[in-house]
Amino acid sequence: GKNEYDLLVIGGGSGGLACAKEAAQFGRKVAVLDYVDPSPQGTTWGLGGTCVNVGCIPKKLMHQAALLGSALKDAPHYGWNIAHPVHHSWSVMAQAVQNYVKSLNWGHRVQLQDKKVKYLNMKGSFCDPHTVRGLTKAGKETIVTADNIVIATGGRPKYPTHIAGALQCGITSDDLFWLKESPGKTLTPFVFNVSLECAGFLTGIGLDTAVMMRSIPLRGFDQASMEHLTQMASLVTEHMESYGTKFLKRCFPTKVEKLESNRLQVTWKNADLGTEETDSFDTVMWAVGRAPDSKTLNLETVGVKTNSETGKIIVDASEATSVPHIYAIGDITEGRPELTPTAIAAGKLLAQRLCGHSSELMDYDSVPTTVFTPLEYGCVGLSEEAAVQRHGADNVEVFHAYYKPLEFTVAERDATQCYMKMVCLREREQRILGLHFIGPNAGEVIQGFALGIKCGATYPQLMKTVGIHPTCAEEVTKLHITKRSGLDATVTGC
Amino acid sequence: EAAKYEKKVMVLDFVKPTPQGSSWGLGGTCVNVGCIPKKLMHQAALLGQALQDARKFGWQFTEEVKHNWMTMTESVQNYIGSLNWGYRVALRDNKVTYENAYGEFVGPHTIKATNKRGVEKLYTAERFLIATGERPRYLGIPGDKEYCISSDDLFSLPYCPGKTLVVGASYVALECAGFLAGLGLDVTVMVRSILLRGFDQDMANKIGEYMKEHGVNFIREFVPIKVEQLEEGTPGRLKVTAKSTKGDQIIEGEYNTVLLAIGRDPCTRKIGLDKVGVNINEKTGKIPVSDEEQTNVPYIYAIGDILQDKLELTPVAIQAGRLLVRRLYAGATTKCDYVNVPTTVFTPLEYGACGYSEETAMEKFGEENIEVYHSHFWPLEWTVPSRDNNKCYAKIICNIQDNERVIGFHVLGPNAGEVTQGFAAAIKCGMTKEQLDNTVGIHPVCAEV
Repeated sequence: GKNEYDLLVIGGGSGGLACAKEAAQFGRKVAVLDYVDPSPQGTTWGLGGTCVNVGCIPKKLMHQAALLGSALKDAPHYGWNIAHPVHHSWSVMAQAVQNYVKSLNWGHRVQLQDKKVKYLNMKGSFCDPHTVRGLTKAGKETIVTADNIVIATGGRPKYPTHIAGALQCGITSDDLFWLKESPGKTLTPFVFNVSLECAGFLTGIGLDTAVMMRSIPLRGFDQASMEHLTQMASLVTEHMESYGTKFLKRCFPTKVEKLESNRLQVTWKNADLGTEETDSFDTVMWAVGRAPDSKTLNLETVGVKTNSETGKIIVDASEATSVPHIYAIGDITEGRPELTPTAIAAGKLLAQRLCGHSSELMDYDSVPTTVFTPLEYGCVGLSEEAAVQRHGADNVEVFHAYYKPLEFTVAERDATQCYMKMVCLREREQRILGLHFIGPNAGEVIQGFALGIKCGATYPQLMKTVGIHPTCAEEVTKLHITKRSGLDATVTGC
Repeated sequence: EAAKYEKKVMVLDFVKPTPQGSSWGLGGTCVNVGCIPKKLMHQAALLGQALQDARKFGWQFTEEVKHNWMTMTESVQNYIGSLNWGYRVALRDNKVTYENAYGEFVGPHTIKATNKRGVEKLYTAERFLIATGERPRYLGIPGDKEYCISSDDLFSLPYCPGKTLVVGASYVALECAGFLAGLGLDVTVMVRSILLRGFDQDMANKIGEYMKEHGVNFIREFVPIKVEQLEEGTPGRLKVTAKSTKGDQIIEGEYNTVLLAIGRDPCTRKIGLDKVGVNINEKTGKIPVSDEEQTNVPYIYAIGDILQDKLELTPVAIQAGRLLVRRLYAGATTKCDYVNVPTTVFTPLEYGACGYSEETAMEKFGEENIEVYHSHFWPLEWTVPSRDNNKCYAKIICNIQDNERVIGFHVLGPNAGEVTQGFAAAIKCGMTKEQLDNTVGIHPVCAEV
């Protein structure tokens, strides 16, 4: 018989919604299934996916709250008389953030309605390649059939279940943003950009925060180049240390116990000293990576192939899975960056292709990103190590500079870690392979340069671009000291 | 730069005090009375806004927050002092001779330097570079020099300016009015005709609207004709009489400070250019130069704000100066690229631009050959404190006939300078709309729009 829908999207997050709405624009009959399994702590949320509810959006808002804390410290230098110390109320902030997120949930529902996309708050699983079973919270079942199906269920934080007490006593980023009360003294093992960002803003709002790391930080941020990140990552973490976040390096937790006071006792091994240490915290937030939300989809029944190690769905350049008419986008796919804008772009292009309006494939090259730690880190293109690996050290030139944002001067803020570097090919036109920037508003700085790199920007072209004065970004157009020269890369002057 | 090539170099720098008596050290306009103090005071105003936002993000502190002008000005002046010092050290380290003296040509290859105490010395050189910049213009009405101040005075004013009238609609006028209002002062801007002449008018009007909605008063189509002092003091009280440009209407107003920001005039009239035959535009005072910054006298060059038909920006002057020296002494041939130079106006809502304005694009290419893509956006950081949700705006102007190449970029929003810089580099690379569409955004930032 004929399928009920042209397109069924499983997962109402960044990728799923973008794909659904785009297909609906072309007049297709589209349905979206979205369902949130509550976290072990019981947290749940509305339509919109990770980004909107427990990712980018609340993260950036809380990061902003922390930045405003710094602004409050700067303000007296600029003449504002505020009585210090000031206090921060978690509940005021959390409620404001949560209200905004809820308005986005609502906005998405309205948009789907306006575009005549059917929204089903149900958990989906495959019956056959064109049939999906939807289950509501109450257990009611609905069968949905579609010509094409897009899986965009994303991922959820992992728990280190091998650590005693991890599941019962700890929370994850899924819970942090929805806490009604302050997390208090917090420990965040281990280190992925999520834990650094969270530890960063928690420190910024005045909480006693510690990050526990086994090896090198930001490991999950760029899978392709672990070693390189040592330079940028260590600058970021160095800054956080001077900012007030404690780092327990080369340590890993062995158990977590709940105390009578409801606080948590964490025991860990210090690999350097070979000792066992312990301390009590109000909250332990695990950041050990995310796992694809694919187990309950029943992928084996229909034959959709996944990567046996990661559990992620294997797709080709057109987002197709191993089963015809079944596609996948976003965090659930293997080998793709776990970012909202790429999911959205991929989702839109996929919809355009499915509706016969385009044959364009998603370009995953040179995708810019930013880590919103207290001192932000934005980058696009290749890391130094990846560039050297690909082209050879002799063919790569790295220009770099330590700079001081003008606004830090009067505020007497430490700019030791404000740094940028540009990785270029040495030969001929000196094409730019990668750009890395640590400093305030890193995202805003990098975005435009990402465009330039997409256009094949070369070092001479960048040097011909006049700087805007006074900004931090202008320093990019003035990069001229190479790492090779060994000269002091500190920018002086105006 | 020249010293790097082992040339024997001397720099003459001298600041004639303003009518109010302000003066400053080595470094020029940008460092002392331009970009640097301007951005710092703009930052002070932004912090004022941040304090208000902070409450919505959970920060709790005293209800009443006041600003202290002297604390801010002292911090800013201290920083400038460190820059003045830094420049002197840099010149010394590079073995450049520095004289704090007023230079004027007295004959071929000869310049007379007069210091503060009136002692004169003569110097000769193979080549000369004129980079004397500009100073603020006065209205030429009764009371202007006696009672009004300019941007030359504002950044070191030893007392809070209080209720201020800013005369002019240049970016200087709007930036100053903007931060003064942000610090809590009662500010009025008197505009003769349009805002930000030469800039995209669509954007200029949005800037004005935003400022109006955020407490800056505007008096449009009036010019002051007289300034009188009602009471002496720091600040005192001044009475300003103004006449309509459209009729005979006269209005009066009382202010503590009147800040003139109606334009700047090049410092070229009293440096003896006639003695060596350097042509200047008699009307504007600006010096016409070739595309290699050479005047009509082969051994005399000029760069910066005094050049005719060139942009009055620090980075342009720096770039031009460096490239000139490399051409003269290092055999380089690269000329300064004055096309697609990005700028930013640091008004309360910042405006970054690169390339053509909508008007000039339509004029040059024809309305049917350009496509304008635009969008309002709401910075994520403005959501929680419920700040304006329809004021930030971005537009790009594309040339349809040239593969939809991006020929103009305009953005109105926080950190506009940081956002615009990278796009300027991309425009330099000939970015097209398609390439822009194919570039993934960073989320969540304003620039992804």
